[in-house]
Amino acid sequence: MPLPYEQLAAIRLGFGLSPRGQLPSDPAQVARLVAESGPEPNGITLDKLREWQSEGKALAQKARNGTKEQNKASRMHKQRMRALFQAAVLRRFARAVDDPTGFGERLVWFWADHFTVTGGSIYYNLMSDAIVQDAIRPHLAGKFADMMFAAETHPAMLRYLDQTRSVGPNSVIAKQKPDKALGLNENLAREMIELHSMGVGADYTQKDVEELAELLTGLTYNPRQPTVFRARRAEPGAETVLGETYGGKGKASMGDIRAVIANLATQEATARHIARKMAVHFVADDPPQGLVDRLAGVFLDTGGDLGAMNLALAEAPELEENLRSKMRQPFEFLVASMRGLGMTGQQIDALRPAALHRHLLNPMAIMGQPWAAPDGPDGWPERAEDWASPQGIAMRINWAMTSPPELLGQLPDARDLLRDALGDTASEAVAWAVPRAESNPEGVALVLASADFNRR
Amino acid sequence: MLTRRLFLKSTALIGCSAAASPLMSTASFASAPGENRLVVIILRGAMDGIDAFQPYGDKNLRALRQTLSLGPDHGATDLDGFFALHPGLSELLPLWQAGQLAFAPAVSTPYRDKRSHFDGQNMLEAGTGTDMDLADQQDGWLNRLLQVMPGQTSETAYSVGIEKMLILQGKAQAKSWTPEASMTLGPQAERLLMKIYHDDPLFRDASAQALEIVAGLKNAPAPAKPEDEHIALARFAADRLNGETRIASFSLAGWDTHSGQSGSLNRSLGRLAQSILALKADLGKNWDTTTVMAMTEFGRTARENGSAGTDHGTGGAMLVTGGAVRGGRVLGDWPGLAEGDLYDGRDLMPQRDIRAYAAWAMHAKFGIDKAVLEGSVFPDLQMGSDPRMLA
Repeated sequence: MPLPYEQLAAIRLGFGLSPRGQLPSDPAQVARLVAESGPEPNGITLDKLREWQSEGKALAQKARNGTKEQNKASRMHKQRMRALFQAAVLRRFARAVDDPTGFGERLVWFWADHFTVTGGSIYYNLMSDAIVQDAIRPHLAGKFADMMFAAETHPAMLRYLDQTRSVGPNSVIAKQKPDKALGLNENLAREMIELHSMGVGADYTQKDVEELAELLTGLTYNPRQPTVFRARRAEPGAETVLGETYGGKGKASMGDIRAVIANLATQEATARHIARKMAVHFVADDPPQGLVDRLAGVFLDTGGDLGAMNLALAEAPELEENLRSKMRQPFEFLVASMRGLGMTGQQIDALRPAALHRHLLNPMAIMGQPWAAPDGPDGWPERAEDWASPQGIAMRINWAMTSPPELLGQLPDARDLLRDALGDTASEAVAWAVPRAESNPEGVALVLASADFNRR
Repeated sequence: MLTRRLFLKSTALIGCSAAASPLMSTASFASAPGENRLVVIILRGAMDGIDAFQPYGDKNLRALRQTLSLGPDHGATDLDGFFALHPGLSELLPLWQAGQLAFAPAVSTPYRDKRSHFDGQNMLEAGTGTDMDLADQQDGWLNRLLQVMPGQTSETAYSVGIEKMLILQGKAQAKSWTPEASMTLGPQAERLLMKIYHDDPLFRDASAQALEIVAGLKNAPAPAKPEDEHIALARFAADRLNGETRIASFSLAGWDTHSGQSGSLNRSLGRLAQSILALKADLGKNWDTTTVMAMTEFGRTARENGSAGTDHGTGGAMLVTGGAVRGGRVLGDWPGLAEGDLYDGRDLMPQRDIRAYAAWAMHAKFGIDKAVLEGSVFPDLQMGSDPRMLA
């Protein structure tokens, strides 16, 4: 018997089943609902960040050798920043829990990972959320080129991939300060091609990377300046990337950077790279070639229209054929658990900082996914083996045992949870084991710790 | 007889991806590499060495610090007439008296001038010089030690705690575990779960290994309160070191004392002291063959800043303790605190590369050749003369 589509879509494209309300039941509706994952109305954006950062810097300067009050003002500011970030992280969980199918919020996670940045300090943490608001959410069903431009030129990315350290060797600034040995940093240029667009095996040369790096000079970030482009840092002259020549006519400008990204974003290699990556993330670690080819075709035919990609994915018969091929990443596991338990976004937003760390961020880190801290710009691993370390699995079991009672107060009946969280997909072993648990909390833990639940 | 324990041990060696490997791996029967044990504690955030081991005998100290590092008149304990131990470390005084505690007051990695925590810690754990891009430093020096250590198994080294330890990452297998993952399953739940996982090799193998680790724990409970995490880390490390493990590493945070240092450093030093004492207590007689090195990414400014704290510096202190240590003494030279003695006019001048001490410890305790230490464990390090740190 085929699995009802609403269950299939929620498990494979979203964050799993939920006892709350009706799940969307046809692919067009599932794809259409992605629009609901737009920017958070009160979210952290670059504009706000600039203000906070300038304010923080001024307060910190005053606090150095300052009075007790000035010291306190600076500390309070930092505290406020931390609270804002914690609220933003809770929103990420809450929106995923409330999302009807969850496809939109899964796409947010997917694209934020594709354009990985890391957090770290207070402001880097805030930036890592701002890039999601500013660059990812607005373009989930838009053109890939627009998302790519927004992401590559976002200060979070400029900082993470060292673009803020890259200066044209013949730029005005470099000539003014010869003692500083200012020069190119190719990091962003390389990852733009290798990771973000064409893929590492594609047909480009080291020369393309170097020329792109020169073209990108000028991009930098200073919280007190309203734009991220400073012509004085830019390398003069024309640059040729993938056979197209940019700049050189007049002063270097942001327009050239937009143009080169538009070209990179619509290459055939980019279509194949993005198609494969989506298929790997949503369908299988080793995805069916037919699906990859189809998605690549859609990307090329539509000029990288992500709305069309979302629909193609939602309609794919390979979703059912490869059910449970993927392991839920720790974030997905936590969201899916809270959905299955019937929690609401409102309940999650209301969690205190201590609970955020105890029930969400620390467990996630122990499961192998510290918040905003993947190992490198290639983001989180996709293979099931990468998430199935003894410590990772132990922590999932541990979480299933200890966190639901503390988060909920009143646990659902484990037999109801079995139906609510696994629908028609529960294996015989799970259906057999859950009613045999010694206690209801252990039954709940068995459902959430099961391989059925931890796969999608 | 193939006991469950042995079976699990051999599957642990091959990891979860190699489902088709034979049940028994000969490596699991290789002899453990001797009795010597090494624990490396990374102090994340840059410990103020000048405050931990206060050079009150240096006549320039008072001009630099008004509210910090006030010496024996203000609660610190005199050690040798020149240095005094911060009150936060006073619990370690018996170790000093027993000759099992030493410190190097002015050491550093080759990292200079940028003073970023993340980069500094990467360099400390990678153990490389300045010639390599920090972003490319993907493996740590303890892992490179494992790669050249005779008789090592997958149990030989453990990284303990939530924090990822670059120091143990790399090609050689090392285990990682955080006490917080230690499960509290009842026997019935465990049986049912094993049934559920039975047909999924990935879950079956990983959970079996996890259960084996937890079942093997004699004496290392998960932390009851978050503030006891440092003790849980130490106790878990000791538990493993009492078994086949010979190298363990974990990290303690809370050293970035830009303001109000006297309170926060006191707490962090107290936690360091408690974790060392927990190691000692749980290691029992194995303490005699143990060397503990506590290292930080860099030191802090010689001058106290305007908010009763200190800022990122260069030279800092390393603490060494254990039954294997020739302690009760200061390792290496003291650079002095006069204006002209400071690095960049602000920081303690490093007197020796911190890696040299680690290299000599590995040479003495694991019998690793100097050529290997200077060639592959710490590429391009000059070990210099033997600091005779260990007994």
